Amino acid sequence: MNGTPLIRAENLGRVITGEVPATLITGADLAVAPGTFLAITGPSGSGKSSLLYLLGLLDLPTTGEVYVEGRATSRLPEDARAAIRLEKLGFVFQFHFLLPEFTALENVLLPMRALGRLTGAAMEARGLALLGSLGLEAHARKRPDQLSGGQRQRVAIARALANDPAVLLADEPTGNLDTHSTEQVFAILRRLVDAEKRAVVIVTHDLALAARADRQVRVVDGRIVDEAGQA
Amino acid sequence: MSARLGLAVSIALTHVRSRARQTLVGVLGVATGVGFSVMMAALMEGSQRDFITQLVDALPHILVSDERRHPSPQPAEEAYDAAAIQGLTTKAIRPGIKNPFAMMSAISGWVDGAVAPSVQAKAVVRFAGRDRTASVIGIDPKREGEVSKLPTQIRQGTLADLYRASNAIILGDGLAGKIGARVGNVVSVTGGTGQVLLCTVVAFSHTGVASADDSQAYVLVKTAQILAGQTGLVNEIRVKAQDVMAAREIAARIEAETGYKSVSWQEAHEDLLSAFEIRNLIMYMVVGAILLVASFGTYNIISTITHEKTRDIAIMKSLGLTERLVRTIFVLEGLVIGLIGTALGFALGLGLSLAMGQVAIKSPFMDATHLPIYYSPLHYALAGAVALSASLVAAYLPARKAASLQPVDIIRGAS
Ligand SMILES: Nc1ncnc2c1ncn2[C@@H]1O[C@H](COP(=O)(O)OP(=O)(O)OP(=O)(O)O)[C@@H](O)[C@H]1O
Ligand SMILES: [Mg+2]
Repeated sequence: MNGTPLIRAENLGRVITGEVPATLITGADLAVAPGTFLAITGPSGSGKSSLLYLLGLLDLPTTGEVYVEGRATSRLPEDARAAIRLEKLGFVFQFHFLLPEFTALENVLLPMRALGRLTGAAMEARGLALLGSLGLEAHARKRPDQLSGGQRQRVAIARALANDPAVLLADEPTGNLDTHSTEQVFAILRRLVDAEKRAVVIVTHDLALAARADRQVRVVDGRIVDEAGQA
Repeated sequence: MSARLGLAVSIALTHVRSRARQTLVGVLGVATGVGFSVMMAALMEGSQRDFITQLVDALPHILVSDERRHPSPQPAEEAYDAAAIQGLTTKAIRPGIKNPFAMMSAISGWVDGAVAPSVQAKAVVRFAGRDRTASVIGIDPKREGEVSKLPTQIRQGTLADLYRASNAIILGDGLAGKIGARVGNVVSVTGGTGQVLLCTVVAFSHTGVASADDSQAYVLVKTAQILAGQTGLVNEIRVKAQDVMAAREIAARIEAETGYKSVSWQEAHEDLLSAFEIRNLIMYMVVGAILLVASFGTYNIISTITHEKTRDIAIMKSLGLTERLVRTIFVLEGLVIGLIGTALGFALGLGLSLAMGQVAIKSPFMDATHLPIYYSPLHYALAGAVALSASLVAAYLPARKAASLQPVDIIRGAS
């Protein structure tokens, strides 16, 4: 590992108090270094998604802390957490979660426009380049309902990469895809790690796929039980 | 436009466009509210202004009469501090204004306007066996035109015709009709103290106000003085000021200088003017309620959109769009509906006002006219401002609620 981890979780816990109290995650420690492909596996309902939401600042821990590039995040105001999500983290969910009324390109432009760093023309050029790098140059002007499942998922990846995040977090990104599309998406994620030195964290049921990651962590009953890494 | 605002605008427009029918309903709601508000304001202010204009035109701006605000002190009151006089009966005949012509020239000296005298006499007008009580008003035809519209209201003759016969009379056309007198007929006029004059009808007057036309007649000042049985009598001096709005101050000064009760048109119609204020208050409340109800539609639409878009909101927030930006999107949608609705409402309001202006009204008390409409940019500005603020509030409430949702709650449920 070189330098500060991009994301580090320390004694992370999340309990839900309410009508049905539940412990989603407890005592989780984890660090994600640049250039790592990390796979989170575990049985259904074990807390994989919950862990990913905490790492991605989508949810607030009830105990412990998540550090992004060394900075504690749990006490930051919501807008500051949103800004970190916008700039440094990218999300891909099992279902594509594209905005249905907008074209693929417009969906990819959304985070860039929200950040507002580039000129309109530069944003468009970058959006098209991203779609091109994912083999979607011909589909930039199509709306999500005009795309296949695998194409939509690649658009979602392009959108997650829009602001050039250091970490990509994906919750079962291939869960709904056929073997061919799964391979395609996996190859893209692999390239992000190997060629672009980003960190990729995926939650997956697919143990064969997980085995091809650099590291694996297994979650059972809200705890990280073992970590199997290669290299 | 910043990239962020541009983003909010483009998302807002997309939402609104893809819900054309709902949006149209909202827009029509606002447009109807604004349109009817504008029309109502034009009608209300039109009738009010029309009324005041007619009032100010029809009546002298200032009426100086041979009365005093406070009864003149009795000698006993001046002699003894404790004396109080009660149950005093006033004299039956009117006292008249002392030295009226000196007073008139004094007033003409400093008032920018015109001054004319008049004499009031009660009389019975009889012709061909039919009789009617009438107020016979003695006037000076040369000055009358400067203080009233009477010269323009004379039919089948002119005011100057009063000089033609020795006892000439102009009858209100309603009065003439009731006794069956025509121009050239000689009617007998009996004054309050019993004097009978035979007067030649030289013309008719038609003010358009039925109650006046049925009971008024005009003669020369000296003829009226004979009927009243008081030579040299002048009951009223009427003043028409160039500046209508200065009437109150002029009246106060005349009263201070002469001691005679001097009433401006504003004072004479104080109750009417305050009735107008109440009427306006009611109008503002009704218009406000119309616009408020119109904004309910907007509230409903924005609520519906935020509900339908819960997932999209979660996506946007999970990507890192701030709560404020998400809120802005839906507030903008309300604003778009409000803006289009207001613009259409202006057109509708103008159209309705024009249409209402064509409506002829017939009244038994007045001549037939068109509904008076007053066009004022202020009505449009006010209705627009209220409609837009109401739309903003109507959109803000559901927008705030929607923008505050936690994306993880939605994403957890959806995946
Ligand atoms: N809002 C909630 N209230 C109560 N329990 C919850 C809530 N959300 C999640 N849980 C529970 O927390 C546990 C962890 O859920 P999570 O979605 O993280 O599991 P997961 O490992 O991602 O499962 P899957 O593989 O099926 O996606 C589950 O048992 C779930 O039922
Ligand atoms: Mg899950």
